[in-house]
Amino acid sequence: MKIRIRYFASFREAVGQAEETLTVPAGIRVAEVRELVLKNHQGLQPIMQRSTYAVNRSYVPAETELHENDELVFIPPMGGGRPMEEAAACNQ
Amino acid sequence: MQPIVQLSNEPLDRDALVAAVSDPAVGGIVVFEGVVRNHARGKQISYLEYDVYKEMAEEQIHTIIAEAQRRWSIEHIAVAHRFGRLEIGEASVIIAVGSAHRAEAFEACRYIIDTLKTTVPIWKKEVATSGEEWVEG
Repeated sequence: MKIRIRYFASFREAVGQAEETLTVPAGIRVAEVRELVLKNHQGLQPIMQRSTYAVNRSYVPAETELHENDELVFIPPMGGGRPMEEAAACNQ
Repeated sequence: MQPIVQLSNEPLDRDALVAAVSDPAVGGIVVFEGVVRNHARGKQISYLEYDVYKEMAEEQIHTIIAEAQRRWSIEHIAVAHRFGRLEIGEASVIIAVGSAHRAEAFEACRYIIDTLKTTVPIWKKEVATSGEEWVEG
């Protein structure tokens, strides 16, 4: 299946593009895509370690399963800091 | 009124946002304006660049506004955030809250800016005389 990854801010500059489409096995999880992306793009490791994830515009945990045409975004830290509890509360 | 949420790469229009939350039933309007300053952590800032995940940011801001309206009885809220390159002194964010009484307008405005800073996917790059970096919390 295909998924779309979009890159913003430090990710966009490190990857050198704003988005890419990946063909991945059905049922793949965010954490597994993260490993694929780290393999494809050397140098993302430091940013990735401090990032969280959004699928289809909502914050999700790393174990979230992806589906056909999902939009995945790695969310690098924001200037104001971002406690995960607050982000989760915001999605409720 | 329906809350106003604007993400724009054009200069923000404070007067229009204040007008949007004005109403005969409103007794107080609180406006927070975030402005680009010329220094940060000992560095001389030349300008800032904001990047935004627009679709998600809009949804997140609407969620924050809904929560503010759940906590305080506020009908009139307008939130605008700029992206792209911003010069020193320009407004990066404006939040206007109009309510019958001032106390809840202050509280709601404070809640919206604090939550926005931590949960809305908008990133800031500081371009300083000594180099540039995406700012992390």
